[in-house]
Amino acid sequence: MSDIEELIKALSKNRENTISTLQALKGKNRVIVGAYCLFAPYELIAASGALPVSLCGTSEKTITHAEKHLPRNLCPLIKSSYGYAITGTCPYFYYSDLIIGETTCDGKKKMFELLAKITPVHVMNLPQSNRRPEDLDLFRAELVHLKKYLEKNLETAISEKRLRKEIRERNEERKISREFYQLSKLDPPPLPGSTVQHVLHGSGYAFNKAEQNTTLRRLIDTVKTAYANGERATPKKQPRMLITGCPLGDATEKIIRFIEENGGTIVCFENCGGAKDREELVDETLDPMDALAKKYINLGCSCMSPNDNRIQLLSRLMDEYRIDGVVDVILHTCHTYNVETFRIRELVQKEKQKGYLGIETDYSSADEGQLKTRISAFIEMLQ
Amino acid sequence: MYTIGIDIGSTATKGVVYNGSISGEIIIPTGWDPKSASKTAYESLLKNNDIKENSVKSIIATGYGRVSAEFATRTVTEITCHAYGAFCLNPNIRTVIDIGGQDSKVIRTDKDGRVIDFIMNDKCAAGTGRFLEVMARILELEITDFDNLCANCEAQPISSMCTVFAESEVISLLARGIPRGNIVRGILESIADRMITLVNRLDVAYPVAFTGGLAQSRVLKNIIGQHIGEALYTSPSAQLTGALGGAAMGWHRDN
Repeated sequence: MSDIEELIKALSKNRENTISTLQALKGKNRVIVGAYCLFAPYELIAASGALPVSLCGTSEKTITHAEKHLPRNLCPLIKSSYGYAITGTCPYFYYSDLIIGETTCDGKKKMFELLAKITPVHVMNLPQSNRRPEDLDLFRAELVHLKKYLEKNLETAISEKRLRKEIRERNEERKISREFYQLSKLDPPPLPGSTVQHVLHGSGYAFNKAEQNTTLRRLIDTVKTAYANGERATPKKQPRMLITGCPLGDATEKIIRFIEENGGTIVCFENCGGAKDREELVDETLDPMDALAKKYINLGCSCMSPNDNRIQLLSRLMDEYRIDGVVDVILHTCHTYNVETFRIRELVQKEKQKGYLGIETDYSSADEGQLKTRISAFIEMLQ
Repeated sequence: MYTIGIDIGSTATKGVVYNGSISGEIIIPTGWDPKSASKTAYESLLKNNDIKENSVKSIIATGYGRVSAEFATRTVTEITCHAYGAFCLNPNIRTVIDIGGQDSKVIRTDKDGRVIDFIMNDKCAAGTGRFLEVMARILELEITDFDNLCANCEAQPISSMCTVFAESEVISLLARGIPRGNIVRGILESIADRMITLVNRLDVAYPVAFTGGLAQSRVLKNIIGQHIGEALYTSPSAQLTGALGGAAMGWHRDN
């Protein structure tokens, strides 16, 4: 397994060389554009010649600082993001010339107003639904608006040719990541869910995409060969779990840990860092702006009302990955995901006749005892 | 041969010896040290029932302190143990309402006493035994006095669910001269309300068992029963449900 371990290490390591890499890029006058959310279209930012980076927002450490300006009773993701920004502890934020925000929730929308005092923020106005043709028109216009903003601020022109190239490359990246996490369709899966999450999370921070893809390809091949030779990293016959809900990372990885420590195997991540963006590609045959609008408006985010796309994706993933139980992770005060738990519960329990566990949590360790009990009981129920 | 179940709760540690039925039981305060409480409970069970250690084929530890029982064969969560314990007390049970010292839960079970679905209270003391303990302290009462004191009283509604806010609410009610019986009734109603909210989040099936230390309160049992429209099943062994579930699981399932 040592080859596999090394490749995984290489893929998760991206975040360690961050500061020197960013400094070098800055030295070469490369513009860096930070974003918090999948709705900020990577391809469009990249086509402007800027480097798109994901900003930090998954640690408890910065929350106290954020609470100097933000209310206590607010989503930990928003508070952590803001705390990172004002303390200068997120290198990606620190080196960003511009930030692309989006109106995925009221808390974020208002937080961006404060953030703009530190670094220029362009907020994309998202439509509230994705069903009507008008929604698509609205969203496409918003993408055009973003394109003009980037062109003006970066003093560049985004060519159709470059945009098509970025779309193709991003699709390639999606395809190879998808191939990687689809390995978990095997029973038992070849890698623990925590490792899959680690690699997927790490890929969001990779600057050299070509290198990243090559390493990931090697990992997939090595894992497949090892599996074919009978090597198993996870025990047989553990309940197969899917994680859905709010974005996961660092502090909330406690949930992944408790599932694995108590006899569960995570075989699918539906949330933002997992399948949500990677399952649907950008259509390369369409006009690139039309294609981007069509792709991103379809993200099954709870900010959309109704959010049928999440239900459809979940339903399909549950079948494809032969899921025994779904864990729905809600960050404290995330109203949209929280209200949606009702629909998810109905889908999982009534329609699919599988186990459902809803968890409301934050970045602290205060609820670890309770979480362990709930998660263990849930796994005992599925065994 | 025997099996043992030890339920290390936040307030009390419960133990059951089992050999097809309950052949010994113990309830002691957990105190500050769950490790020694679990050991004391285990050793007392052996001694009081004249059982040799080598005739115990399994010890299942449950409850929040389950990890501190190092002598246990294995640990099982209190959710699974309560479900099976309630099934042992009455196999017809399909829902279990349990109010413990630091959390409360509602569990849906199937015909074999297995968990189908469950829900626990949020990470606060509202609707738990701890809430009642705090109220008892202000009222200078024992929890066991509650039933008799409020028997014929009208409830004085307590609007705060939060233990800290409810404490100051009760203090101001006392200052206004509201009789203690009415306040006690209001406190029990408040716990019942909290439980009903949890019950309603699951598809409740009947009959419903009420377990845990607070199941001893006849008044609370009646209030919750009225709300869900059906009398609750309780047992004199209600506080032992988790320990019984653990012991019986070792006996019936771990063969």
